[in-house]
Amino acid sequence: MSDASTTAERLTYREACRQAIREAIIADPRVFLMGEDVGRYGGCYAVTKGLMAELGEDRIRDTPLSESAFVGAGIGAAMAGMRPIVEVMTCNFSLLALDQILNNAATIPHMSGGQFAVPLVLRLATGAGRQLAAQHSHSLEGWFAHIPGLRILAPATIEDARHMLAPALADPNPVLIFEHVMLYNMEGTLDPAVTGVDIAHAKVRRPGSDVTLVTYGGSLFKTLAAAEMLAGEGLSAEVIDLRVLRPLDMVTVVDSVSRTRRVVIIDEGWRSGSLSAEVAMRLVEEAFFELDAPIRRVCAREVPIPYPAHLERAALPQPETIAAAARSLVRPS
Amino acid sequence: MTVFRMPSLGADMESGTLVEWLVRPGDRVKRGDVVAVVETAKGAIEIEVFQDGVVRALIAEPGAVVPVGAPLAEIAAEGAAAEVAPAPPTPQPAVTPPKAPAGPTAAPPPQAGRVRVTPAARRRAAALGIALERLRGTGVDGAICLADLPSPAPPKRVPAGFDPAAMRAAIAAAMSRSKREIPHYYLSETVDVSAALDRLTRINAERDPPARLLPAAILLRAAALAIAATPEVNGWWEDGRFRAADGVHVGWAVALRGGGLIAPAIRDADRLALDPLMAALRDLVQRARGFALRGSELTSASITITNLGERGAASVLPVIHPPQVAMLGIGRIVVRPWVVDGTVQPRQVVTLTLAGDHRATDGHVGGLLLTRLAALLADAERL
Amino acid sequence: MTPSETKRLVAEILAAIAPEADISAVAGDADLREALDLDSIDFLNLVTGLHERTGRPIPEADYPRLFTLDGIAGYFGAAAD
Repeated sequence: MSDASTTAERLTYREACRQAIREAIIADPRVFLMGEDVGRYGGCYAVTKGLMAELGEDRIRDTPLSESAFVGAGIGAAMAGMRPIVEVMTCNFSLLALDQILNNAATIPHMSGGQFAVPLVLRLATGAGRQLAAQHSHSLEGWFAHIPGLRILAPATIEDARHMLAPALADPNPVLIFEHVMLYNMEGTLDPAVTGVDIAHAKVRRPGSDVTLVTYGGSLFKTLAAAEMLAGEGLSAEVIDLRVLRPLDMVTVVDSVSRTRRVVIIDEGWRSGSLSAEVAMRLVEEAFFELDAPIRRVCAREVPIPYPAHLERAALPQPETIAAAARSLVRPS
Repeated sequence: MTVFRMPSLGADMESGTLVEWLVRPGDRVKRGDVVAVVETAKGAIEIEVFQDGVVRALIAEPGAVVPVGAPLAEIAAEGAAAEVAPAPPTPQPAVTPPKAPAGPTAAPPPQAGRVRVTPAARRRAAALGIALERLRGTGVDGAICLADLPSPAPPKRVPAGFDPAAMRAAIAAAMSRSKREIPHYYLSETVDVSAALDRLTRINAERDPPARLLPAAILLRAAALAIAATPEVNGWWEDGRFRAADGVHVGWAVALRGGGLIAPAIRDADRLALDPLMAALRDLVQRARGFALRGSELTSASITITNLGERGAASVLPVIHPPQVAMLGIGRIVVRPWVVDGTVQPRQVVTLTLAGDHRATDGHVGGLLLTRLAALLADAERL
Repeated sequence: MTPSETKRLVAEILAAIAPEADISAVAGDADLREALDLDSIDFLNLVTGLHERTGRPIPEADYPRLFTLDGIAGYFGAAAD
């Protein structure tokens, strides 16, 4: 394996996740990874392929098919001083561990009066787009972002996939990392000069002046494509990647909206009670008098995500629908 | 009937530009009412009328440069109101009209129901004084948006006609005249103000921020009382002799952040207790910064005080503002070793410096003022 | 209050006190009095505005904690969560 610190190598988002896990396990004897099929099989999305052979069965552990049991074991290990990375194959199955996450991981530091920290990292695949139908296409990160005590990360870029894990492990509180399934095959290069990222701030991925497009995760590249389409029409869109869904970095969003005065929020979650609703309401609270147009949202259609490819595509935010929403604000007539 | 003329808003003023009338023919006015806004080197000044009556005619047009003393309007005395031409068919209250012109878009017929306006547009329209009903919206759902409004002229609060260079020139003229004509003498005294500041701390501890007092207020209170007891320094040097003022009208020097200096008057400052004095100070500074002073405040000062405040120098030798005959400088309050009852203690002290016009007074009188001031500050409970 | 809410609140209050001040150019740890040329009356007006908008009493002894934007954010509870 080449050394990422000296050369700008070409790699996939999946490989960036793997490098991050491998580096963390080698660097700290307290770090280990467990989950369903992460070992011999190499992970449902092949993120951990080859790691068990290299790092051993103590550090890469296959678990029984019981999310409640192995997430609970991860919480216990974290309380006992370990730094577990628990892979919940997809967020669709995280509901089986919801009691562990909400009632234990998020509350134990509080319920124990600060005697216990829970330095647990959960990795979960999220999102639709692979024709996995209604039960395996959820975007539940907005639900988890409702819970105080959790930090919710949504790495969209290869750089964030590579570098968000280390600060997440360093956080004494539980951190959930949502990796969008459509990003694993994305290829790119890492800037060797970047050796770390923060897990506190949103980032402007494309500067612009007419409208702000706020998004995260799997929708980022659709939104950037929409901004490119708009640029061809003479409209300048600023694209913000939230990166951190809880706590929200509203400073970056408000600063941008205070300049552009128009905003579209793009969220693959269902619209009702979504993260996009939270961002919109915060803007109303913090930047009402900066707004020169209604806030618009592009979210998943409120249906179970369909299986047929054309219907699945129609149910999700797409560059065309994002661009149309932005256009309707900047050039209403 | 009398003619209302362009007032002199300072010894150095030769003319002013009429910005707008705040009254119209037929309006009843009382002495002290603000009737017009005039642009001078010191910014836009609201000017007041000096008699009761009814506005008979407006002579000067907005935009006109009017020399000091030239007629602005005719005002009929109360009894002569019958001579006034018939009032306009719909009587208008004498409210301030919008300060900015209406928007560029032609007025559409009145719309039924509520006008849609974006939050940002509503805020800008309010800042510009634009009536939204006259605009046509081109935003989402026909809402009036920022694109339908004129851009605000930055910086917002400074009137378009205000010219920092003109103010600089006015200060240069007044200060040159001062140093050319006035033989200054200077007296200094460093005074222990610990007792006064202790009193403020005790008062403020029981008050919410809106009612709190600043050291400036207690210093001004003491100075106003000392000036009242020393009438020889309170007035003007005119036509080769001293004319005493009819009250202690303290000009308070206010630095303007964009550059420049203005010293509007707090009239009868010696008759104001601490709280009203503090309120007057806050009001005056705020309006000076916002260029919303009145003509009488710029012309009536009988003595000026410059208070350098907590970020200023330790002492100042003031330059008298002609035709006044004295100016008091107050340095920054500092902690110094001080001999109290035979022992050295850290005390809060301030250096007071009086500049006197040697034509009007001698150093002995100036020394009396400082002595009185020091005594008042030492007995702070009575201020 | 979140830091962005704090900054916004301070900007709104200062808009009346020092209309020409550009708070967006002020660093979080810069002394507002130096950066915006605020005298003691301006500062008292800022404290008054903060008091009226937050309801906090803000005793004089706490003034030094309000000299910077970071200080104000900390004073009124910076936790975004």
